[in-house]
Amino acid sequence: MSRIQTLFHRKNTRVLNIYFTAGYPELNSTLAIIAQLEKSGADVIEIGMPYSDPIADGPVIQQSSAKALQNGMSIEVLFTQLSELRSLCSIPVVLMGYMNPVLQYGFEKFCEQASKVGIDGIILPDMPVIEFERVYSPVLKKYGLDMIFLVTPETSEQRVRLLNQCSSGFLYAVSSSSTTGKDKDFSKVEQYLERLLSYRLHNPILVGFGIHNAATFTAATKYAQGAIVGSAFIKWLDEKGATTESIDHFVKNIKGV
Amino acid sequence: MHTQFSVPDADGYYGEFGGAYIPEMLFQNVEQLRTQYRLIMEEESFQKEFNALLKDYVGRPTPLFHAKRLSEKYATTILLKREDLCHTGAHKINNTVGQVLLAQRLGKKRIIAETGAGQHGVATATVCALKGLECIVYMGEKDMQRQEPNVARMRMLGATVIPATSGSKTLKDATNEAIRDWINNPVDTHYIIGSVVGPHPYPDMVARFQSIISKEIQDQLLNEYGVDKPTRVMACVGGGSNAAGAFYHFLDDSEVEIVAVEAAGHGVHSGMSAATTQLGVTGVLHGSKSIVMQTSDGQVVEPHSISAGLDYPGIGPLHAHLFNSGRGIFINATDEEAMKAAFEISQLEGIIPALETAHAFAVLNDMKFDPSDITVICLSGRGDKDLSTYMAELKKQVDHE
Repeated sequence: MSRIQTLFHRKNTRVLNIYFTAGYPELNSTLAIIAQLEKSGADVIEIGMPYSDPIADGPVIQQSSAKALQNGMSIEVLFTQLSELRSLCSIPVVLMGYMNPVLQYGFEKFCEQASKVGIDGIILPDMPVIEFERVYSPVLKKYGLDMIFLVTPETSEQRVRLLNQCSSGFLYAVSSSSTTGKDKDFSKVEQYLERLLSYRLHNPILVGFGIHNAATFTAATKYAQGAIVGSAFIKWLDEKGATTESIDHFVKNIKGV
Repeated sequence: MHTQFSVPDADGYYGEFGGAYIPEMLFQNVEQLRTQYRLIMEEESFQKEFNALLKDYVGRPTPLFHAKRLSEKYATTILLKREDLCHTGAHKINNTVGQVLLAQRLGKKRIIAETGAGQHGVATATVCALKGLECIVYMGEKDMQRQEPNVARMRMLGATVIPATSGSKTLKDATNEAIRDWINNPVDTHYIIGSVVGPHPYPDMVARFQSIISKEIQDQLLNEYGVDKPTRVMACVGGGSNAAGAFYHFLDDSEVEIVAVEAAGHGVHSGMSAATTQLGVTGVLHGSKSIVMQTSDGQVVEPHSISAGLDYPGIGPLHAHLFNSGRGIFINATDEEAMKAAFEISQLEGIIPALETAHAFAVLNDMKFDPSDITVICLSGRGDKDLSTYMAELKKQVDHE
């Protein structure tokens, strides 16, 4: 069983996944943020690999990516930093990024390195399913990496099932408003999540939009096994800094403890 | 071996390039387009309305003009396909007419577009005004400054122009913003991409709408010159929509030479260039696999060209395949060479070309022509929008004297 599957086996409600951009706010803040997120009670960590043209992200994450790139972050640098990952972190860690930098690094080399440093899963929002099936799936399997696909309120049932079939670890439920990092009418969100729930998919679902405090976390996790907090955390780091206290405060506030 | 260059395979690939590398948030819209575009384009009512608008609104067919003084200079025959005479001043409107009609048939109420030089934005705003559709155009902040008259045109036509303030603040970033808008408005909006770039089916759809250019060239050559094909067709390439349109009906005839001219900026190896095939490697940008200018770490670089319409770090997958397969000859012209050519063509033929178009003329000196050759150059746009750049050049010339 993979580290992600073990987690959901042990805990299938209120799973908290926190996203941050590698190399932000400082080039070398990556590991310290990871260690503190685990200590403060995050269940999964999603590390964003910064890209110059992040079309699936909103302005907050785009700005953090631009800053991280300015700081000198790259896939190469990230893997060097993450060589110490498993000496200080035991929870699942996934990498999120875009196809172009990964292809440029070399897809197989990327999977090999990710696996070597102890990464558990990969999220590449612009990977076509057809390419995944044709080319990439065997490579991910070879290195024991979970692949996580996104679904949206517009995704048809047939396609949700296809994306669920291609995914392992969990399924990432986003909404059309997810690039803005803003709230949306929550009754529509409820309908969407109830629909996903009714499909009885084999993967757990993490909700990835609009979650920024205890109330929205509780509302989202009423229908899904967990939730992902991204923009809100980046904004928090920007305003309060990446100190032990600020990260601890943020995580505990979301969890409502 | 027979390979068809003009159309992609069922998954939208031209050779190894193309496809649809899009986040799931765009899937439904792109899929709707993919399953519908051919069906709608082939409907009789669509064809009728499209052709009528091209004729009476755009002003097609555009002339195939024998440039006698230019021909004399190179001791050959050079014909100019006058896309500069289209309504709004460039070939861009062929595609926007087609996509607006398509969007209406898909039930879309809101149109978004990206623009570089502003020609595609103006063409989109124009057809939206004609059809009473809401129009939002994303334009790089830097391009808004260097193409001010086109910003004014779009606003006068009732469009909302939104500056793209991220990255290099040019076409690439305007495209990112337009894609984000589409993600945030997944139901009522159609995104009119202005070039043969983007996820499948855009490159094929835009090429088909622009293919009217080569269809007319074919007819005009036959009727006016008694030949069924030219020796070669030349066009400038940024994303490559005027080139795709001018090449289209000749791509699968290996006897016709295909010449694409990219923007070298200050020089291909100056670090200030937009010659994508010379500087890029295989990558993914704006939804398709193509040749992309990028760092060794896979970050897309900021290109440079004096012409906003060629200032793009990618190239349509069709062109990437023409380049890689050797079917197309890819050469380039610098800012300075393009400027010189713009003045030359103005004074030889009485036609002030767009700076983008001037690149196609800037390489003539380096080419070998046979007296019996017939060379067609796509004169993709007129130079009105570049007047401030030309005025600065005129001032420089006066200061030198």
